[in-house]
Amino acid sequence: MRILVAMSGGVDSSVVAALLHQQGHEVIGATLQLYDHGQAAKPGACCAGRDIMDARAVADRLGFPHYVIDAENRFRDSVIDSFASSYARGETPVPCVACNQGVKFTDLLGMARDLGCEAMATGHYVRRVEGEDGAQMHRPIDSDRDQSWFLFATTREQLEYLRFPLGDVPDKAQVRKMAEEFGLQIADKPDSQDICFVPNGSYAEIVEKLRPEIRGPGEIVDEAGQVLGQHEGVARYTVGQSKRLGDIHTAVGERQMVTKIDVSSRRIVVGPRASVQSAEARKVIHLRDMNWLCNPIPEGVRCGVQIRAREELREALVVPLADGGARVELTAGATPAPGQACVLYDGTRVLGGGFILGSA
Amino acid sequence: MTFLSAQTYLDANATEPLRPEAREAVIAALDLVGNPSSVHAFGRAVRRALEEARSVFGHGFGRDPDQCVFTSGGTEANALALHAYGAGRRVLIGATEHDAIRRVVPGAEIIPVLRDGVLDCAVLREKLAESGPAFVCVMAANNETGVLSPLEDVHALCREFGARLHVDAVQSAGRIEQSLEGCSVALSGHKMGGPKGAGALLLPDAESIDALMPGGGQERGRRGGTQALPAIMGMAAAFTAAREQDWSVVDGLRAQIDAAVQRLGARVAGYGAARLPNTSNVILDGVGAQIQLMTLDLAGFAVSAGSACSSGKVAASHVLTAMGEHDGATQALRVSLPWNVQNVQVDGFIAAYEQMVQRLRKA
Repeated sequence: MRILVAMSGGVDSSVVAALLHQQGHEVIGATLQLYDHGQAAKPGACCAGRDIMDARAVADRLGFPHYVIDAENRFRDSVIDSFASSYARGETPVPCVACNQGVKFTDLLGMARDLGCEAMATGHYVRRVEGEDGAQMHRPIDSDRDQSWFLFATTREQLEYLRFPLGDVPDKAQVRKMAEEFGLQIADKPDSQDICFVPNGSYAEIVEKLRPEIRGPGEIVDEAGQVLGQHEGVARYTVGQSKRLGDIHTAVGERQMVTKIDVSSRRIVVGPRASVQSAEARKVIHLRDMNWLCNPIPEGVRCGVQIRAREELREALVVPLADGGARVELTAGATPAPGQACVLYDGTRVLGGGFILGSA
Repeated sequence: MTFLSAQTYLDANATEPLRPEAREAVIAALDLVGNPSSVHAFGRAVRRALEEARSVFGHGFGRDPDQCVFTSGGTEANALALHAYGAGRRVLIGATEHDAIRRVVPGAEIIPVLRDGVLDCAVLREKLAESGPAFVCVMAANNETGVLSPLEDVHALCREFGARLHVDAVQSAGRIEQSLEGCSVALSGHKMGGPKGAGALLLPDAESIDALMPGGGQERGRRGGTQALPAIMGMAAAFTAAREQDWSVVDGLRAQIDAAVQRLGARVAGYGAARLPNTSNVILDGVGAQIQLMTLDLAGFAVSAGSACSSGKVAASHVLTAMGEHDGATQALRVSLPWNVQNVQVDGFIAAYEQMVQRLRKA
């Protein structure tokens, strides 16, 4: 079949393209130009100009067409700007979810349909399983590479059209071995890491550049409003974190964590880690913009939820709400960070997910 | 019976297919031993071939062969002209000039074009009247739209105000005849159907110029470096063949494309203006150039989008933007018919274009 492969220029998507090409499919490679690589870009992140050349070299070597798609404006508006806006609201966003949701699985996928492709494949580590009720999303075989949390917002319609050949691969070493066997020069290229548009790992600098109004120092206070210390900018904090609190832990005599970020007063609110984690109030999380990858049950579904990219599952009852959101009733207290994703799992299967709302 | 190969090449303004006359000349040149600067018999033989090529362009453009300086291509010829004649003068360039001009003089004053892509001579007159000696750069024909510049008017204005004129004739040379006397002219071999790697700057007069690369003093000190004889001989043969070609055949096929795409609701940029016989710039409103380009490529038709950077990313066309297009500048395809285009290829293209419009316009 004619299939479009979203190629980042990295090992994973290159192997996907090579694999499908070898299987006799009519492969069309496409690489998104997400921003002007003259400005940012670092080696090892996935959007540098170098990566476009690498993707093109793979396509040329294997002999299928490859195109570079200009998505700079769309990426700036739908990913980078909303990333900064989210921080400016005191949230901790997940830009990769926004990118997969918009630029990749809406725009590029629409392009694949326009080109008469029967499917679009990516190098994501997630499994697509044909179920009775349509395609399902599952965690990959290689749990170290699991990207299902970042892909929860994929709609069922998109999932029908998508293919993730690496979901069944045992580990990355295997992928690199395949790359070598295909004769791809990028076989030992480093993995992409962190957020691609953040050049030196300092996302706070980018946020503060785009939203200068939130820049600058502020106070760290306890729940009663008593000032415990100073901080260098609200964008450097996430609800649940204990780092960057200086001497406060020792001063208070108990390990503290961020419980709230108040952007308007530039205050970081902290509380004792132990007591916050057991607090009854944090047993309920509200989510917005739920994406269900199963048929939602009105009275709620008992499942595991994951409220951070790398964290263990928590037991919960998730009840769909009329506004398109959901109420998550946790069995044990947690410290969810507004803006992060809460993804629902039943065993390896992703049931859906939504974005965590502030507790107020 | 014409064999329609899997891929149809309709991107001649990027580069023309090699003409058989040029191929022969290149092959002959490859066997010539010797450096044209050498004193011995080998050098003399090579030099004779080189000077024959030079006279083809001298005579072709109504000037002494000595006024032809061979370069590596059109980009170098344009850069050399700006280097030689632009220094100490205000530089005025047309808004739709090629990057080979625009990027050499980022601070140049821009002469706008009218909606049909034709240079606005009224503004040129005002600018020339303003002050100081000027150097004016105007392309003979635009690479994206094929729109011709009103060179006689431009030339008359330059004479009136004592300005020097440089014409980038890369797209027009061999395809149309234009009066280019008294100005410097940039040429490119592969746009005529010669091999890549040779071009020429025709000088306006017998006065020497300052070289960009003095090197060993070749080209009478005006361009250093051993001449690329095979490419130069190929260029000369291609130019001669191009001038002898009956372009009305190509023009007729281009007219078929214009009519067909307009019937399908597309617009042809610069349609009302005088244009090259082979170029049609087709704007399909509401459909991005990138997806059009991909669709046609996958269907076996090679055309181009106005402005593609080295990565292959399709950006908005500065040419169409200068003509007053907004979204249209990102929704245009350039169809440029090669010298050897076949009827059946044009029929095939029209059918593929129609199919594309039906598929992409459905939304």
